[in-house]
Amino acid sequence: MATETSEVKEKLTYKDFAPDLDVKWCPGCGDYSILKQVQTIFPDLGIDKEDFVFISGIGCSSRFPYYMDTYGIHSIHGRATAIASGLKAVRPDLSVWVVTGDGDALSIGGNHFIHLLRKNFDLNVLLFNNQIYGLTKGQYSPTSEAGKITKSTPYGSVEQPFNPAELALGANGTFVARTLDRDPKHMKTILTKANEHKGTSFVEIYQNCPVFNEGAFFVYSEKETKKIETLYLEHGKPLVFGDSDDKGIRFDGFEPVIVDLKNDNVSLNDLWIHDEKDKIKANILAGFADYKKDNQHMPRPFGILFSSERPTYENVMAEQIEAITKKKGKPSLNKILSGDKTWEIA
Amino acid sequence: MKTEESIIEKESVVVRFSGDSGDGMQLTGMQFTDTAAFLGKDLSTFPEFPAEIRAPAGTISGVSGFQVHFGSKEIFTAGDEYDVLIAMNAAALKNDLKNLKKGGIIITNSTGFDAKNLRLAEYPEGENPVEDDSLSDYTLYNINITGLTKDALKKSGLSNKELERSKNMFVLGLLYWIFDQSPDYTINFIKEKFSGKPEIANANILAIKAGWNYGETTEIFNTRFKISTSKLPPGTYRSITGNNATALALIAASEKSGLPLFLGSYPITPASDILHELSRYKDCGVKTFQAEDEIAAICSAIGASYGGSLSVTTTSGPGMSLKSEAMGLAVMLELPLVIVNVQRGGPSTGLPTKTEQSDLLQAMYGRHGECPMPVIAPESPSDCFEVVYEACKIAQEHMTPVIVLSDGYIANGAEPWRFPTEDKLKPINVVFTDKPNSENDVFLPYKRNKDYVRPRVLPGTKGLEHRIGGLEKENETGDISYEAKNHELMVKLRAAKIDKISEFIPKLEFDSGNENSKLLVIGWGSTYGSIKTGIDELIDQGIDIAHLHLRYLNPFPENLEELIRKFDKVLIPEINNGQLIKIIRDRFLIPAIGFNKIQGLPFTSTEIKNKILEILNINLNGN
Repeated sequence: MATETSEVKEKLTYKDFAPDLDVKWCPGCGDYSILKQVQTIFPDLGIDKEDFVFISGIGCSSRFPYYMDTYGIHSIHGRATAIASGLKAVRPDLSVWVVTGDGDALSIGGNHFIHLLRKNFDLNVLLFNNQIYGLTKGQYSPTSEAGKITKSTPYGSVEQPFNPAELALGANGTFVARTLDRDPKHMKTILTKANEHKGTSFVEIYQNCPVFNEGAFFVYSEKETKKIETLYLEHGKPLVFGDSDDKGIRFDGFEPVIVDLKNDNVSLNDLWIHDEKDKIKANILAGFADYKKDNQHMPRPFGILFSSERPTYENVMAEQIEAITKKKGKPSLNKILSGDKTWEIA
Repeated sequence: MKTEESIIEKESVVVRFSGDSGDGMQLTGMQFTDTAAFLGKDLSTFPEFPAEIRAPAGTISGVSGFQVHFGSKEIFTAGDEYDVLIAMNAAALKNDLKNLKKGGIIITNSTGFDAKNLRLAEYPEGENPVEDDSLSDYTLYNINITGLTKDALKKSGLSNKELERSKNMFVLGLLYWIFDQSPDYTINFIKEKFSGKPEIANANILAIKAGWNYGETTEIFNTRFKISTSKLPPGTYRSITGNNATALALIAASEKSGLPLFLGSYPITPASDILHELSRYKDCGVKTFQAEDEIAAICSAIGASYGGSLSVTTTSGPGMSLKSEAMGLAVMLELPLVIVNVQRGGPSTGLPTKTEQSDLLQAMYGRHGECPMPVIAPESPSDCFEVVYEACKIAQEHMTPVIVLSDGYIANGAEPWRFPTEDKLKPINVVFTDKPNSENDVFLPYKRNKDYVRPRVLPGTKGLEHRIGGLEKENETGDISYEAKNHELMVKLRAAKIDKISEFIPKLEFDSGNENSKLLVIGWGSTYGSIKTGIDELIDQGIDIAHLHLRYLNPFPENLEELIRKFDKVLIPEINNGQLIKIIRDRFLIPAIGFNKIQGLPFTSTEIKNKILEILNINLNGN
């Protein structure tokens, strides 16, 4: 419940969000970084501490609520999104954060995940994608690359992975973003934007699992490869990447084409300008890195792929209740119990 | 001028409307029922319809029936056999003749007995029951209902198909005449229902009047029936089905507790009507959430309960199975939640439109881990109100999920209900904690009161931030704990909390008989009416039988054991393969006798009566 605005608020710090207990992720786990960034941005979001609620499912990521000194539920596998929906439906005043993983959200909880995006409750979903099942000790996940060798696939997995951003866009998500554990600054920006967005904000966070999938995303974070493998998106800015920002993406019909800004006789004005409200381009961006035509090796986009507002479930629901109550007036309980047709027995 | 027909006074009558699923028999039956109720009769109904929305027309599998038992005496069941059968086609007659009383009345629609209909109903070639003498044990009125309806409405300007659709109203009008009941209630209903389509309203009203006049003017009918007003306790009544009573109880509990109502549900027969009904009450602030699946339905309800709503999920057997993991979470979190299971024939899709009591063991034990939960069951349509209200009260006051076991029979069945007024409803006490509950200003989310109930805190309460979850918790602090002795303690505390509820529920009383009776019959749920009627009839014949009916199945009322121990013979009739009996035998180590019916149908009172006589070795016919 929001405190009175007249009340002078003490300035919170990240320590106010860190409960007095040991964090028990493996040493080197990417989750530590995510926890730190969340705790760091929370004091500045303008939300009272008691109004934050974390809901998680099952998996390494889902221990997150225990490490946030807020309200929270560590629930059951895949269902955090469904529990959060019910909570937000009745308590629009709360700032609800779902923490989930690639197995939790996309495998066992896949159905709730897509329907949450479709319904568009105003809450934030942080999907820690490490492309592996960590808590059950190393089976392939729905985001593991095809052919992945794990304990349950000793000869390689035989299935194709989900691309979470494509899935989220396909489910009519209104905010789709990607960031990674080893870029704290970027993550803080994206998390802040996710909080600002009215609607379900979906943030995929590439997260290193040092025990079962070490280095899955190092090409995007280590300095030898980072510049050429990543494409940082900014609204209204051209798509530029490369060691010295020397490469760009041009839109050729409906195909992205890499151009060399030094040699190809193109200027920044010829490049694809990122527009986060353009759903068609967002779809192309989401599938970008898997684009293999003409042997082009595309960088992987990070940032806000898509952000566009539409009415949230809880608001439409509340408006409907208000409109009908205004029109019909609230009936008394006695009237409801009697209904329209009664008779007397003497 | 017609000769005066004789009027026979009867205490009660059973009428069965039977026709093709497209013939409107459910609507006709409900209208007849509402009128009877409105005119002060007690009654009980039994709608029976196929699982298919439109099964092949004219076939036996497409028959839709509606049975109503009404009278001036107290009515507890929809009746074993009917006095009057309306058969709109050959399949309806074939399907339902078996339970018509010898000497009963059959009203048939002759157009439903043409060659095609007879063939679809699988009558042998050349045989037509309404034309040969095979129905000579009954009084048959074979009327060209379709033709007469069309004639009456020929000036209405409606299409042939629309005219034909009004034939059920002709039947209704005729029935009103036979039973001397005013058609005004139905005429008003039609005017309201078709207020935007006056031509349809007029046609239907004309059809009703045509039916009435047909009875009045033709010489065919020489008998009418008169059923006097019932001796129900004085008061104001309405008609109610079990599902609607469930919906009203939830609204009432929401009002009385001061908590907003949230329903998370996924459509499933026969529970969907609760979702439909509650969705209409936006003007009471009711939030209904049609979830993407059964699991999301209960999980959203858990989220809403955490947020401070009076939270409910409604379903039937297969949905119950899907919800069971989340029920474990609700038990572990110790949050209030009401789970309504409108049971149907199972397993799997089973008999989705038929009734069964086969989810009792699931409700008691069908979860992972040691996972006790209160289980309560209504005994009649209107009792759904009492039981669901009680479930809300227990859930809120004892911080636990509660299962309500309704079933298809009472969910769809209707009866007159002397509804309560707001001031007669028990209070529901909800306390939200907003201060630390132990020394040094520490808040302990699992520190219990004397009834083992933990404090409830709303997210948004300043200074009490804490996390709850599915992992085992340390006693009092709620912190994660894998400590061996602590787990055992917590399992026992959660069980003790549920057992403690027995101190808050009423002592069990005999419905019939007493501790000196020859035999004790223990029932639960929707078998109440059949057991009660069967035993009443035996008591009338001087055979003394005791009846206990269990509303609270977990925990049992405190005095159940004491009462059971007074009897040498205990009979437990159930619409399943023997479930309560397993619990009773296990708990009290007595050789109870089971009586089971698993046909998707309720017991008839005769079946109960005969079973009792068999056990007591009594032959009423004296031979």
